[in-house]
Amino acid sequence: MELFADYTLRMVALGSAMLGIVSGVLGCFAVLRRQALLGDAMSHAALPGIVVAFLLTGQRDPLILMLGAAGSAWLAALLLMSVTRTTRVKEDSSLALILAVFFGTGLVLLSWLQQRPDAAQAGLRSFLFGQAAAMVARDVQVMVALGVPTLVLVALFWKQFKVLTFDPEYAASLGLPVRGLSVLLTSLIIVAIVLGLQTVGVVLMSAMLVAPAAAARQWTDRLGVMIVLAGLFGASAGVVGALISATARGLATGPTIVLCLGVLTLVSFLFAPNRGLIWRYTRQAVPQV
Amino acid sequence: MQPALAITDLTVAYHDKPVLWDVDLEVPASTLMAIVGPNGAGKTTLIKAALGLVRPAAGQTLFYGRPYREQRRLVGYVPQRGSVDWDFPTSVLDVVMMGRYGSLGWFRRPGKAERQHALAALEKVRMADFATRQISQLSGGQQQRVFLARALVQDAQIYFMDEPFQGVDAVTERAIIDLLRDLRANGKTVIVVHHDLQTVPEYFDQVCLINVRRIASGPVAEVFTEANLRATYGGRIAFLGHAEDDEATPSRTEGMLKGVAD
Amino acid sequence: MSSTMEVQLIAIVVAAACALPGVFLVLRRMAMMSDAISHTVLLGIVLGYFVTRDLASPLLFVGAVATGVLTVSLVEMLTRTNLIKEDAAIGLVFPVLFSIAVILISRYAGNVHLDTDAVLLGELAFAPFDRITWGWLDLPRALLIGSITLVLNLLLIVLLYKELKLATFDVGLAATLGFSPVLVHYGLMTVVSITAVGAFDAVGSILVVALMVAPPAAAYLLTDRLSRMLGLSVVIAVLSAVLGYWFARWFNVAIAGSMAMMTGVAFLLAFLFAPARGIVALGVRRSRQRWEFAQQMLTLHLLNHEGTAEADDECSRNHLSHHLRWQPRFAATVIRLAEQGGLIQCDGMRLMLTDQGRRLAQEASLR
Ligand SMILES: Nc1ncnc2c1ncn2[C@@H]1O[C@H](COP(=O)(O)OP(=O)(O)O)[C@@H](O)[C@H]1O
Ligand SMILES: [Mg+2]
Repeated sequence: MELFADYTLRMVALGSAMLGIVSGVLGCFAVLRRQALLGDAMSHAALPGIVVAFLLTGQRDPLILMLGAAGSAWLAALLLMSVTRTTRVKEDSSLALILAVFFGTGLVLLSWLQQRPDAAQAGLRSFLFGQAAAMVARDVQVMVALGVPTLVLVALFWKQFKVLTFDPEYAASLGLPVRGLSVLLTSLIIVAIVLGLQTVGVVLMSAMLVAPAAAARQWTDRLGVMIVLAGLFGASAGVVGALISATARGLATGPTIVLCLGVLTLVSFLFAPNRGLIWRYTRQAVPQV
Repeated sequence: MQPALAITDLTVAYHDKPVLWDVDLEVPASTLMAIVGPNGAGKTTLIKAALGLVRPAAGQTLFYGRPYREQRRLVGYVPQRGSVDWDFPTSVLDVVMMGRYGSLGWFRRPGKAERQHALAALEKVRMADFATRQISQLSGGQQQRVFLARALVQDAQIYFMDEPFQGVDAVTERAIIDLLRDLRANGKTVIVVHHDLQTVPEYFDQVCLINVRRIASGPVAEVFTEANLRATYGGRIAFLGHAEDDEATPSRTEGMLKGVAD
Repeated sequence: MSSTMEVQLIAIVVAAACALPGVFLVLRRMAMMSDAISHTVLLGIVLGYFVTRDLASPLLFVGAVATGVLTVSLVEMLTRTNLIKEDAAIGLVFPVLFSIAVILISRYAGNVHLDTDAVLLGELAFAPFDRITWGWLDLPRALLIGSITLVLNLLLIVLLYKELKLATFDVGLAATLGFSPVLVHYGLMTVVSITAVGAFDAVGSILVVALMVAPPAAAYLLTDRLSRMLGLSVVIAVLSAVLGYWFARWFNVAIAGSMAMMTGVAFLLAFLFAPARGIVALGVRRSRQRWEFAQQMLTLHLLNHEGTAEADDECSRNHLSHHLRWQPRFAATVIRLAEQGGLIQCDGMRLMLTDQGRRLAQEASLR
């Protein structure tokens, strides 16, 4: 508990917990809608938006940077959709292409920024792999201010999101505005992504969406339980990883959190009852009567 | 009497590739209609266009004389079984309750009334014992019956079913037939995409033969002729023997299709 | 040779080497594997370094290629357990392996020439300083490695052209002819890994992905033939690399990032202006087809109702828009076009097919 006495560490823990819950919850929808790689592309694509937002406003306020990030992530998603819809270039190619091109552009902008006198103050480079230790109260405030409404919206549109994810065509036949709901859900996933900029960074943010959901799925067959579990997993891995990285020297936060998630997921794959590999293996070994 | 469904001059194209050309179709109320045609004939597309899931290039669809927008509540849909991921983390009862989501209002959660409704529908398709099962544990026939129950709780007047008999076991086939007759007795209209030509006269009152264009439609006795079938399937149709097996019967449907070159 | 020249040569060689296997990744719908592999090879390099303590050891290369292939098989194994779907498996495996590598570097290899920025961006600008001298040969190491990779890829494609083509476009036939799909798949993955490792040092993981996917995707919009697609991909990749280099020089920005950006510009140009498949050409064709299609629809409608009881109503100029749910203006234009084209005749309100119109309708109905 001594750990939490430290102000910085308290901020780090709070912010990472918020991020973990939001990305765990939204990650469930991303994974079930088979959009894990879209998450990857969108989080890489956030980078140029961050730099542009800084260049335009000259401010390092988290809300402004997040808005920029969300803007370019959306742009990437739209481009992706129009490429796959109108041409014969398949989804996998457009994903890889947009990911690499947006991210490359982001790096170009970053290196351009570095020539400017205010570059050091911006410290935008830490958005690549995340740096939880740099988190201040203002960051956490913004994260809570974005994260809580996101969770509320998921709760409000629970049944719509559920049927949309399971069977979008049937949802449309029920008269639900499927397109609007999809846009909303994608926007919420983008919110989850931009919440992770400071802590996890753009390079590894997709794991923050995928891993908690993948782990949680193994323990339950109910969407509601899965989402709660994913939120818990995301929060605990986030807090543990962020604290390790904030206290140890030279450990970027993103990789540390992803490693914690990796362990959690591996344990789930192996030991979860019913679906887990060890469970399956022992059931096979015992002859059925 | 006003027809339950009236489609006029319906043309649908995916990217300028016409899939349905100027199709007219009228389905009298309280009848069971089979939609028959080779693979890729546009049967699924016909249903989707009627439900507003794909935008037609021309033509219109009226349900009891009014467009779909106004009559949504009257229409129930049973999509093809393979169109969803059956590993989705949800239970049978949950899936069935989705049928009520349209009429529940935006923010109301399904409650006790919806549960009762869903359980009753599961009873009707002989799946009540499976209510709490995870959907991935179901056989193909059971999955089909869950989809039927989901449409039943919509309490619609007109039902569209896309290949409900595809690859199901004998129990399910029986259950579906009983259900269809039950629905008809209650004044409902059911439009079924069907592949097994042998059973058309036994199961249905009306039939519509399509292959991009509507070849013929009307009462089975008048329309289900060899000439029309030839026109639909390109003249190369062979009636195969009717296999009387009680096991899963995909072989039968496949057997029929073998004679049907498209 | 000046170092400017050398950097460009390296870029050209690497770009061509990446674009070649990239064509098959794009055609086989496995483009995202380039992303996964180009990240995880780092783990192999790091582990190899811990074993050998020598950044120049060939063991690093072997280790890196092995991790690349391992990534692919790990994703496949995971997908096969049905615990998660393939996209989630990719999205899980490579960040975890990559994270391990990044942590190992920052924890234990901080003093070595291996840092996380170089991982993403490479250090093309410094590549000319790392040289290999061997007899009369005095070359930047990256140029040598890049050239070997390029020659290897070229040889493979030339020698196995027919087989690769078959295995890409007709898996079933290829299998019956005895090319095991698994072998082709893993062969390709090995080549991708080798290429990624060879390019990694110089250009970083992001540019590897961009060069492997963007030029082939652009070429895919420009041609239908595999051989042309291969050639075009190489040309586009090389042009993007050179332009990217000069852009970076001009604005003094990251070279690899700027090259990645240029591949994006190249794709964007193809996406917009490709002769048959670009969206401009598509838009023009669509709007023409829309009118042709509408006229065909009209003739078919008239044919269907010719001589029926409701023909007077169905085939009336005024009621057409009502029956087909067309906007009145649209319907009027279609009728005018059809009349001008000699497809229909107007008898007062009544529309009638000409012989030519009837032929068109019959043709349409046979499709
Ligand atoms: N979303 C789509 N995009 C493009 N073509 C489609 C699409 N859906 C169906 N098709 C094509 O339309 C034709 C009719 O399909 P469908 O209605 O599914 O036939 P059926 O149900 O009778 O087998 C087929 O040739 C199919 O390839
Ligand atoms: Mg169909």
